[in-house]
Amino acid sequence: MLSLSPFVRPARAAAGPATTGGAAVLRGTEFSLVVAESPVNFTGAPRMATTINGSIPAPTLRWHEGDTVTLHVTNRMRVATSIHWHGIILPYQMDGVPGISFAGIAPGETFTYRFKVEQSGTFWYHSHSGMQEQTGMYGAIVIDPRDGETIRADRDHVVQLSDWTDEDPMRVLAKLKAQGDYYNFNQPTVVDFFRDASNDGMKAALDKRRMWNQMRMSPSDLGDLSATTLIYLMNGSTPAGNWTGLFGPGERVRLRFINGAANTFYDVRIPGLKLIVVQADGVNVEPVTVDEFRFGPGETYDVIVQPKEDAYTVFAQSMERSGYARGTLAVRPGLDAPVPQPDSRESLTMADMMGAMGGMAGMEHARTPGMDHAAMGHKAGMHHGGMAMDHSQHAMGGAANAAASTKVRHARTEYGASTDMRVDMPRTNLDDPGVGLRDNGRRVLTLADLHTVGGPMDPRGAEREIELHLTGNMERYSWSLDGLEFGRSTPVHLRYGERARVILHNDTMMTHPMHLHGMWSELEQPDGRFQARRHTIPVQPAQRISFLVTADALGRWAWHCHLLLHMDSGMFREVVVA
Amino acid sequence: MNDFEVRVSTAVKYLRMHALAAVAIALATTVAMAATDAPQPEAGHAGHHGDAPAASAPASGPAMGHGDMQMDMKMQGGSPPPDARDPHAYSGGYTLQSGPYVLGSERQLRLADEKAFGTVLFDNLEAVRSHGNSSAAYDALARLGRDYDKLVIKAEGEVDDGKVHEARTEALWSHAVATFWDTQLGVRQDSGVGPDRTWLALGVQGLAPYWFEIDATAYVGDGGRTGLRLDAEYELLITQKLIVQPHIEANLFGKSDDEREIGKGLSDLTVGVRLRYEFTRQFAPYVGIEWAGRFGDTADIARTAGERTHETRYVAGVRFWF
Repeated sequence: MLSLSPFVRPARAAAGPATTGGAAVLRGTEFSLVVAESPVNFTGAPRMATTINGSIPAPTLRWHEGDTVTLHVTNRMRVATSIHWHGIILPYQMDGVPGISFAGIAPGETFTYRFKVEQSGTFWYHSHSGMQEQTGMYGAIVIDPRDGETIRADRDHVVQLSDWTDEDPMRVLAKLKAQGDYYNFNQPTVVDFFRDASNDGMKAALDKRRMWNQMRMSPSDLGDLSATTLIYLMNGSTPAGNWTGLFGPGERVRLRFINGAANTFYDVRIPGLKLIVVQADGVNVEPVTVDEFRFGPGETYDVIVQPKEDAYTVFAQSMERSGYARGTLAVRPGLDAPVPQPDSRESLTMADMMGAMGGMAGMEHARTPGMDHAAMGHKAGMHHGGMAMDHSQHAMGGAANAAASTKVRHARTEYGASTDMRVDMPRTNLDDPGVGLRDNGRRVLTLADLHTVGGPMDPRGAEREIELHLTGNMERYSWSLDGLEFGRSTPVHLRYGERARVILHNDTMMTHPMHLHGMWSELEQPDGRFQARRHTIPVQPAQRISFLVTADALGRWAWHCHLLLHMDSGMFREVVVA
Repeated sequence: MNDFEVRVSTAVKYLRMHALAAVAIALATTVAMAATDAPQPEAGHAGHHGDAPAASAPASGPAMGHGDMQMDMKMQGGSPPPDARDPHAYSGGYTLQSGPYVLGSERQLRLADEKAFGTVLFDNLEAVRSHGNSSAAYDALARLGRDYDKLVIKAEGEVDDGKVHEARTEALWSHAVATFWDTQLGVRQDSGVGPDRTWLALGVQGLAPYWFEIDATAYVGDGGRTGLRLDAEYELLITQKLIVQPHIEANLFGKSDDEREIGKGLSDLTVGVRLRYEFTRQFAPYVGIEWAGRFGDTADIARTAGERTHETRYVAGVRFWF
């Protein structure tokens, strides 16, 4: 299209090819990071990547809580760059969002970040400029606790998932703007229709399609991108490259999973091993044992595993099931274990489109003979639909502000061209693993399983509520909040020191990982009880969830969906704390 | 705002008024095709209601079916209720370029929502065979702009013996007015047979329920000439890559134009279907068949000239975009 990304041009300071498949570990308090263009080849086709210190992922930074770290970031590219320290609490000038926290790092310049590290756990860093995160600029941050590690493990591996495209990411966006389903090759077809009609009867087949088609929405709209353009990476290795993490017999192994993908939700499991989740977004949680978890770009989970065999596959299938990232845990290099096939695709259900009401509507379909597939998906919605209603009654009788209000208030700007649907009766439950993971026979982590150790950081209740709706129009491929893209928006003002409740209400059919910079998001249950402290909160289709935020960080901050194409399309707000 | 911005904003307001008029005209004349944002009884939930009791669980039944129909009507479109939330209510009066901690009076961060994207689509570029006669035809659409305002160029024509036999080219400002609908305002230029004609064009283009792509445009030309062009198409996926595309187009005129062999009333109607295989999303060869007929006064003119009033065309071509 009309945009030519600098990323396809030859590098000015081309050094050797980028190192992939592993990252150096840098320790200490002073770091030099050099951003440059480096050649890579993930698919057989040579491409130019944007790298930090010449590797994908970038070096793992190992910090110590309580230290003041200094990071000199030098830009050797011909375009501006930046680095954002994802989830790190720091002064806003150090947050690394060009145009909000600072001016960015111009070509040839060095910017020095300096801040005191006041937290511990697993975090990550990435470029916040243009599409550089997609083209290779991401790395892990591991911070050792000041008073010693409380999570016992014999071995520690960072497992950073990401995605790569051989296309210019801006060109990918341009294609989606021209055709929203460009990368979706799992759309309902005539062949599917006749198969359904012959299995379930003509009426059932028609019913299944009626509302979707009438509304011009697609039940197959699980992700904007797919393996058609993406290759899925684990620590910078392709599935064939098979990143391998070693362990010794009998060891407790800590895996620090980071979703550093630009656009991919991953469903992660290690067949044969239970995953004991001990940390979410760098914050310790009461250990919970699961078989599988889903996480979106920006989120991190630390899990403990206790392998007994010689080799296990770390399997991370993309949410829309077109591919996977894969690696191996093994007692020595060169081993591997069977790699599962991706699960079959599950379509979005009415509960995903209509929330609690969809679940109710689903009830009648569930009894229609032969609609097993739809019925299965509806089960979650059906049950939870009821729950959402109970809570709303409960909340009405309770004290003001004790729990999030359940009255849905759409913005007046949600009734125009920027928004393709609005949910009036959202789901509020947190115990739904999401489409494709419901009733899959495995114990799948949900938000309801996360309980931050030590409770909330601020015991105060909410002084006021801020309601934001996640909105978009898949046909135009526009993404916004309250129907307004960033360019048409005004900031959200938080009064310095206040404790505010934020309600995120998803009026789209996609899950959005919402990342607030600078301050923690303390997720709560529908009845107002504290759930977990996060920096990135995934909000499912037709879901309404709430969190409390303590506005203790003066300055301007970014707040956005961490799916890079959604963010860049305008699903982005500025926050002013003053 | 400087003078230029003021002028632009005034012009935009003026054009918007006209765009609204265009919608009114086009909608009034194309109720059956375009004004379908409410569920259609024959294809909507009528069947659902009719036999709901038999197919439903006792607990839900017809009442629930009704509920879900109301839901889907409210889930899209409409206008905001009086108590709709103000999306700027949380701003505290600050903007992206004013208030504490702002980096400067000029906003620095601009995302893709403020970037223009462009595409050129050749929906049809084809060889046409009809009654032993061969010709070529094209139907192209170019778009350049942001999400809600674009410059749109539409070009359609037939080339016979190396000469443009009939061509319609439109340049339009396309403005999004609803989730699936754009209004379009601009000019149309006809060339080919007879003298060229220039029209003011006002129309709507969008996606009707059940994925029907609609393009309805009203035209006003010199000497009180008026016209209306209605175009609808649908895409049926046999597989992910094999796609059937039925298509219907009709042209109506308010006044005869003998020099261009056009009579008033319904002038011509084309119904066709093309079967394409998408090697990629952007490149798909196809074959198709079309029936084209001339009607009323236009048919009379054709008969007088010794031409056919209807014909069957076999087409083969490529659909591509970049």
